[in-house]
Amino acid sequence: MNSASLKIVAIAAALAMTAGCGKKAPKELPPAPVSDGTGADAGTGDPNGGVGDAVVPGSQADFVRTVGQGRDRILFETDSYSVDAEDRAVLDAQAAWLQANPNVRVTIEGHADERGTREYNLALGERRANSAAAYLQSRGISASRMNVISWGKERPESLGSDDSAWAQNRRAVTVVPQ
Amino acid sequence: MKTARSLLAGLTAALVATGAAAQDTPLSVDVTDTSAEDMTIAVPVMPTPAVANTVAGTTEALGRQVAEVVAGDLSRSGLFRPVGPNGVRAVSFPEVTAPAYDAWTASGAAALVQGFVRANADGQLTVGCYLYDVALKSELTRQGYVVAPRDWRRAAHKCADAIYARLSGESPFFDSRIAYIAESGPKNRRIKRLAIMDSDGANHRFLTNGQSTVLTPRFSPDYKQIVYLSYIENRPRIYVYDIGTGRQRVVTESANQTFAPRFSPDGRWILYSMAVGGNTDIYRISANGGQPQRLTNTPGIDVGGSYSPDGSKIVFESDRSGKQQLYVMDSDGSNQRRISFGGGSYATPEWSPRGDLVAFTKIAGNFRVGVMTPDGGGERLLTNSWQDEAPTWSPNGRVIQFFRTSQGRSGGSSVWQVDLTGVNERRIPTPLEGSDPTWGPLLP
Repeated sequence: MNSASLKIVAIAAALAMTAGCGKKAPKELPPAPVSDGTGADAGTGDPNGGVGDAVVPGSQADFVRTVGQGRDRILFETDSYSVDAEDRAVLDAQAAWLQANPNVRVTIEGHADERGTREYNLALGERRANSAAAYLQSRGISASRMNVISWGKERPESLGSDDSAWAQNRRAVTVVPQ
Repeated sequence: MKTARSLLAGLTAALVATGAAAQDTPLSVDVTDTSAEDMTIAVPVMPTPAVANTVAGTTEALGRQVAEVVAGDLSRSGLFRPVGPNGVRAVSFPEVTAPAYDAWTASGAAALVQGFVRANADGQLTVGCYLYDVALKSELTRQGYVVAPRDWRRAAHKCADAIYARLSGESPFFDSRIAYIAESGPKNRRIKRLAIMDSDGANHRFLTNGQSTVLTPRFSPDYKQIVYLSYIENRPRIYVYDIGTGRQRVVTESANQTFAPRFSPDGRWILYSMAVGGNTDIYRISANGGQPQRLTNTPGIDVGGSYSPDGSKIVFESDRSGKQQLYVMDSDGSNQRRISFGGGSYATPEWSPRGDLVAFTKIAGNFRVGVMTPDGGGERLLTNSWQDEAPTWSPNGRVIQFFRTSQGRSGGSSVWQVDLTGVNERRIPTPLEGSDPTWGPLLP
């Protein structure tokens, strides 16, 4: 796949998310891959670790391209760590990629919004990451392939102090370590 | 007590107004009184018998600096209105032990702190510290401290402690240190470094370089170590940092995340929390290592914890009831019982070094710092801001520091302190933003 079509996939995924009106869909999406607008760039600005035209199989870039932009994570309600039907669909896609890449280990990062005390949020982030890991395990992914880590409220995705920012920050993100 | 202080305030005011002569009510202040005006206390420059050079500057310059530190401490306590060293009359060396009472009476000061700074033949400094009752024309206390010149600030803090203790009847607290997390950078890529400083923010020092996120430090009772959470190698675990050597070690090996560490008051135990499969419980381990012992086992998040001063009990936080609430247990994990029953949630309990109160974060809309008795009575909220959290006690259990977070994309955190009246609230100056302050005991 060349970089132009990769870009289209990413934009299409972004549009799908925006149009989907999922109850917990992020209001602000991560930026699309960098382009100079001419279509002639070779994807050197790809932040996900792809090199030139190649997306290395089993890489973070491959993972995000396969499961879809923004579907490397599931979002949670306030103080909740439950996984609903929408989350399960996201995790099913992640599980399929993990089945197709059996030698890849992933880290599942749990996060909380800023409206909690620091240490409780560390525990809550672990609870959320563990919820995602437990579901992936139920879909046949070995626990030994998943490393759970909580960042509590220390690494927000969205920087605002409002409901939409907090909704994006209550998350469990699956990451392929570099 | 309150009545006595109000009476004193009235008398002081009367003295100022009328220039009346001696009265026979001894000077005192009440740390729990919110109504009384602060006691005016004059702190002139401390003279030196002979100007001498030291590694920390001349004894003459140090005499001014010691007085400035004393006045700063007394001001931050919220009980006193220090006047000086700038703008008050100069004191000669012989006058230190023979105050010019009439001049100070005319200035309106109720109390007077005088002292001196002298260089000794062996290179040490002697700092003298005298407290006088201006109206009664009597000496209330005198102290002398022999310190290395670089430790002159400690002599100043000890002088302020002697004055505070003599006039309030409380235990001292200025000669102590704070560890905290220095923060910088944007919210999503925040750099967090372990740092220490004196109780007034001086002698600031970074202990970690910021490459790994660090959180929630606690001093060992002897100030030799700090236990804290570090994300070194992206593995959040608790470490003990040795301040003398700069070395650190993992407290307990586990594949699971360990966090929220605390020393026991005797330094023999480290309390910590560990998350296993979505369930967090509290454990303790010997500070020398060995086999951890699990103290809680209910489903849910049991986290944090703080020992009573005698080490026999632990107050901790649990959401076993559905929301974060405070619980007390014996130090072996037995007799767990809930103590917080007000509306909202309660978090981050810290047992006062005096034993009489537990400080906490109350979550009910805003996050506020408050206190209650260890059996859950007498709840009082001391702060009111968008997000105040994680109280830590002064060594005498009369002042609380905490951190305050501001809203928005550029929101940051800062270290604050408040006394038990809730009236005297002020920001502690730090070179960067700050969070997670932890106040150590009185320095040994």
